[in-house]
Amino acid sequence: MDSPSSAAIETSGLVKVFGGTRAVDGVDLRVPAGMVYGLLGPNGAGKTTTIRMLATLLRPDSGTARVFGHDVVREPDAVRSRVSLTGQFASVDENLTGAENLVLLARLLGHSWGRSRSRAAELLEAFGLTEAANRQTRTFSGGMRRRLDIAASIVVTPDLVFLDEPTTGLDPRSRNQVWEIVRALVAAGTTVLLTTQYLDEADQLADRIAVVDHGKVIAEGTSGELKSSVGSGAVHVRLADAARRPDAEQVLAKTLDAAVHLESDPVALSARVSDPERVAHALVELSRTGIAVTDFSLSQPSLDEVFLALTGRPAENTDTAATEEAA
Amino acid sequence: MTTAPVPTPRPPADETLRSALAVRARPRRPNALSASLTHGWRTLTKFRNSPAQLIDIVLMPVVFLLMFTYLFGGAFAGSTREYLQFFLPGILVMTVVLMTVYTGTALNTDITKGIFDRFRTLPFWQPATIVGNLLGDVVRYTIALTITTGLGLLLGFRPAAGVTGVLLTMLLLILFGFSVGWIFAALGVVVRSPESVSGTSMIVMFPLIFTSNVFVQTATMPGWMQAVVSVNPVSHATTAARGLMHGTATAGQLGLVLATCAALIAVFAPLTMYLYRNKNQR
Repeated sequence: MDSPSSAAIETSGLVKVFGGTRAVDGVDLRVPAGMVYGLLGPNGAGKTTTIRMLATLLRPDSGTARVFGHDVVREPDAVRSRVSLTGQFASVDENLTGAENLVLLARLLGHSWGRSRSRAAELLEAFGLTEAANRQTRTFSGGMRRRLDIAASIVVTPDLVFLDEPTTGLDPRSRNQVWEIVRALVAAGTTVLLTTQYLDEADQLADRIAVVDHGKVIAEGTSGELKSSVGSGAVHVRLADAARRPDAEQVLAKTLDAAVHLESDPVALSARVSDPERVAHALVELSRTGIAVTDFSLSQPSLDEVFLALTGRPAENTDTAATEEAA
Repeated sequence: MTTAPVPTPRPPADETLRSALAVRARPRRPNALSASLTHGWRTLTKFRNSPAQLIDIVLMPVVFLLMFTYLFGGAFAGSTREYLQFFLPGILVMTVVLMTVYTGTALNTDITKGIFDRFRTLPFWQPATIVGNLLGDVVRYTIALTITTGLGLLLGFRPAAGVTGVLLTMLLLILFGFSVGWIFAALGVVVRSPESVSGTSMIVMFPLIFTSNVFVQTATMPGWMQAVVSVNPVSHATTAARGLMHGTATAGQLGLVLATCAALIAVFAPLTMYLYRNKNQR
C-alpha cells in the first residue's frame, strides 16, 4: 500500500448532483504527486464539477476527496494553502492592469507591498507579459489573458495546480506557450491536474489520463496503456509507383496477416497491426519483392479511436450536459 | 480606453520561468485588516483606472442640484438662494444613497466573472472581499460629497455651522452610505447579473428618495404622506445632515440615524457573509 503522502489527490465515490443530473457520478481518482494528470472528456462530462469540488469550491453530495491527505470538506483551509485553480474563464480583474492583478493576489497571499510588486514583475517577465504590465487586462488577447491567469495561480508556487481547459480557444502558438508553462511547472515539482477535451493535448502533456464520460471514469492509464487496450496501431505505406500497389497489397496481407486498406491516394495503403514484430518483416519483404517504398510508418491508435472504442461514439460534445456544467 | 495595437508577446523565457517557479516559500496568511485594506486598494485602483466612473457618480447629483435649485427653488422656497440652503444637505444624502448600489454591482461582477473563484481558493479572511469593497467605496463617497458640496458652495450655499458642519455632515453620510451599502452587498451576492442589481435598486431607490424630505418640507404634504416620509430613513439622514450643516442638530436626530446604521449593519453584514460563503456550494 502506498503512503498517503505520495498521492496528491485521492477521491472515492465522488458524486455531485445538479437538479436531476448526476454531473459527477461516483468518481474514483488517484493522482500521484509530481505528474501531469489529465481528465479527458467531452463538454458536460463532469470534469469542471470534479475539479471545483477538489478546489473546495463545491461541496460533494457524497463520497470523499482528499488533497495531500486533507479532506476537502473538513479541512478546506489546509487544501487551499496547497492548491490553486485556473478556471475555464479567465479569473482576473479586467479593470486592473496585468501588474495590479498579480500584486493584488500576492498581497492576499500575505506578501508585503514591496515583495508583491517585485514578485509581480518577476512573473510578468517569466510569462512574456512585461510589455503588457501596465495595460488593463480587458485589452489582453486570449493567450495573454490565459498566461496572466496561470501566473496568478503561481504567485506562490503551489504544490498542486488545477488547470481547467487551459488551452480552449487559444491559437496554436499560445497553446504551445501554455504547454511549455505546464511542463516547467511539473519540472519545478508541482503536480498538475488538467482537464481537456483535446485528445492530442492529453497525449502530449499528461503522464496519466482518466477518460471521463457522463460523470464517470470510463478508463484510466497512461496514454500508451489506453491506446494498447484498444489494440495496437496501424502501418502506413506509400509507394513510389501506383502500379505496384496490388503487389504491395499482397505482400502486406501475407506478412502482416491482416486486411489491407487501400487509401484514396493511389500510392497509399495501410493495415492494422496485431503483432508489431511482423512490421519489420513486412518492410523486408517489400524490398525483397522490388517494390520501392517512399514512406513506411507505424502509428499507435489516436485517442480519438480510444474514445470511440470506449464509448461507442466519437468524442463529441454532449450539448445537453454542457449547460449543466457551466451553471 | 486605449485600443493601441497589441505588441506581440515574447514566448516565456525558460530561465526566468524556471527561477520564477522556484519560489515556493509561502508567506504567513494576511490578517483580516490587511486583507480588507488590500481589497479596498483594489476598488480604488479600478476607480483610478476608469476615471469616467466619476462622471457617472456625480452627474445625477449635479443635474438634480442645478435643476431643482433653478427650476423649482423659487416656487418651493420663495428664492433659489433660500432653497439651496435647504436642498443641499438633501442632495448629499441622495448622492451617497445612489452610490451604494455600486457596492452591489461590483460584488456581483466579481461573482459572475471568474475572480470570485480565485478569491475563494485563497486562504485569507473571506469577508475581506466585501469589507474591502465597502472601504473603497467610502473613499468614493468622500470624493462625490466633496464635489457636490463644492458646487453648492459656488452656487451660494452657506452652512451656518461652517467648516465643522460640513465635515460632520460628510462623516455622518459616509457612515450612512457604508451601512446602506450592506443591503446592496447582500443583493449583489444573490442576483444573477450586475444589471439586475442596478435594475432592482432603481425600483427601490427612486420611491425611497422621493418619499422623503430631500426635496421639500414635510409640512407641505398631506398627513398620510407625512406619515410615510417620517419613517423613511432617508428623511432621518436628511434631517440630521441639515441639522449638522446649520448647527441645529439634536441628539435625537443624530441618534436615530446612528441607530439605523447600526441596525442595517447588524442585519445585513452577517446575512451577506452567510450568503457569500454559501454561494454556489449547493
